[in-house]
Amino acid sequence: MDIKLTTPLTKEKVENLKSGDKVLITGVIYTLRDAGHKKMIEQINNGETLPIDMKDNIIYYVGPSPARPGQIIGSAGPTTSYRMDDYTPTLLDLGLKGMIGKGERNESVILSMKKNTSVYFAAVGGAAALISNTIKSCEIIAYEELGTESLKKLEVENFPVIVVIDCRGNNLYKTEREKYRT
Amino acid sequence: MRKIDIHEIIDVVKELCIDANYNIGGDIFCAFEEYSKKENSVIGKEVLEQLIDNSKIAKKKQMPICQDTGMAVVFLEIGQEVFIEGGDLNEAINEGVRRGYEEGYLRKSVVRDPFYRENTNDNTPAIIHYDIVKGNLIKITVAPKGFGSENMSRIYMLKPSDGIEGAKSAIIETIEASGANACPPMVVGVGIGGTFEKAAILAKKALLRPVGETSMIEYVKEMEEELLKKANGLGIGPQGLGGNTTVLGINVEVFPTHIAGLPVAINISCHVTRHSSKVI
Ligand code: SF4
Repeated sequence: MDIKLTTPLTKEKVENLKSGDKVLITGVIYTLRDAGHKKMIEQINNGETLPIDMKDNIIYYVGPSPARPGQIIGSAGPTTSYRMDDYTPTLLDLGLKGMIGKGERNESVILSMKKNTSVYFAAVGGAAALISNTIKSCEIIAYEELGTESLKKLEVENFPVIVVIDCRGNNLYKTEREKYRT
Repeated sequence: MRKIDIHEIIDVVKELCIDANYNIGGDIFCAFEEYSKKENSVIGKEVLEQLIDNSKIAKKKQMPICQDTGMAVVFLEIGQEVFIEGGDLNEAINEGVRRGYEEGYLRKSVVRDPFYRENTNDNTPAIIHYDIVKGNLIKITVAPKGFGSENMSRIYMLKPSDGIEGAKSAIIETIEASGANACPPMVVGVGIGGTFEKAAILAKKALLRPVGETSMIEYVKEMEEELLKKANGLGIGPQGLGGNTTVLGINVEVFPTHIAGLPVAINISCHVTRHSSKVI
């Protein structure tokens, strides 16, 4: 059974999610990837106000392909998350509750997730045309000059993800791989 | 001498960029179907079914299979009896890429400098590999390469004494370390022999061979089959979520090398291993 989850992603909702849960997200999520993270951390270091409040939000690591006229967004599957690892704990400390990407996270991200009660979801990498169907609106919020890497606000409906690392640090990549190793 | 107009090359490169990004190869699609029947993990099976749906949607709506529409790698086999007229060939290829990525609504993912990372906004320059061959034709192949998987690739400069076993462990080690990052199920291109750069180019070219087509060299074919079995026993599974479908194909190419060396290059690619070719 898929779990229906609506944003904002409160601490309570995070606590109820466990590694392996299949989740359909409805509501608002934000996109940010490599260059956007770098920029945001620079703003934090300079004491500037961020374009969005991190509290109870979800960031989706994606750089979509351009929309055709009349389309909301192009293809929009997840990018590999570890490249964001150096930046992530700072955002989690600011209240970020969920991240959507693909691939492993490092120890300091997992520690920070436990400390801040947050969750890491994976979307299916490369299933970009399919995922695009669940995105109902897309608006550029900041860093427009970064093109595909800008900060965007997406409204999604039944966006399919799976909980890979929960707020207790259980990691589906580790547990499942062992089961199928021959 | 056969004359070919440069504009024809621009148009072909443009078409191939778009075609490769929208229409999944028949070999990969068949592999999805075949492996989804054999997959033991429930989540793994679902992921493979999603990938089948995704390729169908991309084809039907004529949109990119994956949002990472790659850096455009272009291979040209140019017949030595061809005369290309009307302009600069490198510039023509880049112009084809520029038009393909713009008109096809493909993502522009190239930065001008590795440190000062300003987007070139037209996905150029392309990575171009030329081969001069006999005859009076030109074969153009465009293979857009995503970097989630490219980043997981490795080169090993092994010792001759490491032998086939050493090469096999290097390949398995690289696949295992790629884990979920390379969007498994992966396709793996391996180049063995030559020099440092020759091995890497062979590995990239190995990715052009359709999945399911084995090497013509008997021992290499056996090696490919053994590696495929081993890789699919690693447990990584579709998207790294566990299962017995980690790799759809491992293509190995070999080449003469130096008495002192055994270069092994492993180019990791994802399930969106794209390439489209045309002969003019
Ligand atoms: S690794 Fe392949 S499938 Fe995954 S995001 Fe990159 S191009 Fe797409």
